Amino acid sequence: MARMIAWRVPQIAATLAILSLAAFLAIGAMPGDPISLAMMADPRLGPADVERMRALHGLDQPLLLRWWAWATGVLRGEFGYSRLFARPAAEVLWPALRGSLVLLGTALALAAGLGIGAGMLAALRPRWRGAVDAVALLSQALPAFWLGILLIILFAVTLGWLPAGGAPDAGGVAEAARFLVLPVATLAIAHLAAYARHTAAAMAEVLRAPWITAARARGAPESRIAFRHALPNAAVPLLSILALDAGALVSGALITETVFARPGMGKLLTDAVMGNDHNLALLALLLVAGTTLLATLAADLAQRGLDPRLGREG
Amino acid sequence: MGGDAWRLRTGLAILLLLALAALAAPGVAALLGVDPEVPDILARQAGPSAAHPLGTDELGRDILVRLLVGARVSLAVGIAAALASTVIGLAAGLLAAWRGGWVDAALMRLADGLLALPALPLLVLLAAMDPAALGLPRGGALSDVLRIVLILALFGWVGVARLARAAAISVLARDHVRAARALGVGEARLLRRHVVPALGAPLAVAASLAVAGAILAESTLSFLGLGIQPPASSWGNMLANAQDLVFSAPMAALWPGLAIALAVAGAMLVADGLRPRSG
Repeated sequence: MARMIAWRVPQIAATLAILSLAAFLAIGAMPGDPISLAMMADPRLGPADVERMRALHGLDQPLLLRWWAWATGVLRGEFGYSRLFARPAAEVLWPALRGSLVLLGTALALAAGLGIGAGMLAALRPRWRGAVDAVALLSQALPAFWLGILLIILFAVTLGWLPAGGAPDAGGVAEAARFLVLPVATLAIAHLAAYARHTAAAMAEVLRAPWITAARARGAPESRIAFRHALPNAAVPLLSILALDAGALVSGALITETVFARPGMGKLLTDAVMGNDHNLALLALLLVAGTTLLATLAADLAQRGLDPRLGREG
Repeated sequence: MGGDAWRLRTGLAILLLLALAALAAPGVAALLGVDPEVPDILARQAGPSAAHPLGTDELGRDILVRLLVGARVSLAVGIAAALASTVIGLAAGLLAAWRGGWVDAALMRLADGLLALPALPLLVLLAAMDPAALGLPRGGALSDVLRIVLILALFGWVGVARLARAAAISVLARDHVRAARALGVGEARLLRRHVVPALGAPLAVAASLAVAGAILAESTLSFLGLGIQPPASSWGNMLANAQDLVFSAPMAALWPGLAIALAVAGAMLVADGLRPRSG
């Protein structure tokens, strides 16, 4: 396991470095650099001033040099400022990351719990299999943002039970939870289907194993076979699905946040991109990507922990 | 478990229906005598009527015709992006399987890296780029479509490449291919005549999945305001408008979402139906 960490952590760092370079180049190709924005805001600025400001801020340097200066700065802990919020970027990023992690964690727990339950049902009771399959297809085809809007229409507009979006200004945990219900439901519904399908497949595979037949022959009750004998073995392929799905789950959280106008990385990223806040957009992208890669690593490590055989092969 | 032919047929029927609807858009617009991009302030948010079978939106534009025009955008983006992804993915997968060694390792690490990253923030960033920097004309619906197709193909090739590589490796190891090589058949001819035709089935599955992914991604980007720009209509930007009016006209959000779900489900059913069953 230590060897896996020693191998994967530098790999993650390299991925982030390449990603930051690619994103830096892409941002260089976006309209609206800070100087042209300043020029638009102030008609008294002439071409000479623009040249002077470009040189002053190093914007006349080649992109690659600018990326190097930026990247070494970030490594030293200098994250720079957010143009949009007029505050240090780190002060804007951390609360947003916290908001996203709350949404992600709750939705993941719910989706995994319900998805695994439904998948076991489909594997153990073949009658239910068609229904689980149909629901899985439906939830994979539904765009998450449409699902969110439908939930808003039902629970916020028609019934008026829950807020349509945003975040509470005050109030304790209960008030925060009220604002969390619809976003979590949206994200969980969008992902539990994939978990259900994969659980069903993994369980069906395990249930064919000879030692399950042996347990049955010994007279072990079905519930014990399902939970003690089958599920722990099905958990290994399930964890790899969770690891593979991490990117999609994070993407889903970002769009869900936008639908519900919920403060978090998703809203921050789109706001930053739309508002020409390039530094913040870049940092947000790297933070989201880094979190996703670390989550994938965690799922892989858990998989190794559950099945020590995996470590010996690789 | 059976029912595969049923899935394929249902999926194809759904896509065909949507394609017909997309083709019928100008005809329906002419029949109703409406222009989907011109506002009609006096007929805002009207209910269904003979002149507007699904009613009108917040600017008095006919919802049915906008939906049909949106179908053109969604299907065009879906098919074009899937085609581009398939071509790039096939080339990358073949190259990786055929050359092996460091070429294989480099391509697959790149694919792994792209798969592990969350796609949406990257798409958002790329979609905000100046189209002129990508060598595309600025402004207009066609420029938007090309831009989205290009961006989606940049990510879509990965799934195709992995499937193509796995299939190509197994084909390259088969006896008839090794025999052909031993007989002195050139490498290019070997790949063209013996390997690529054998990849048809997995490629068809990957391409249908790419269509589903591209339609979903386009609608997401348009929903965020980074895809197809108004006044041109797409299902995604219609939903974005509808969300702003969710308290006054909740029904407006129904149709575009239903259309997206239908198109994506259709493409996924086709992929499911084409997939060879092992168990």
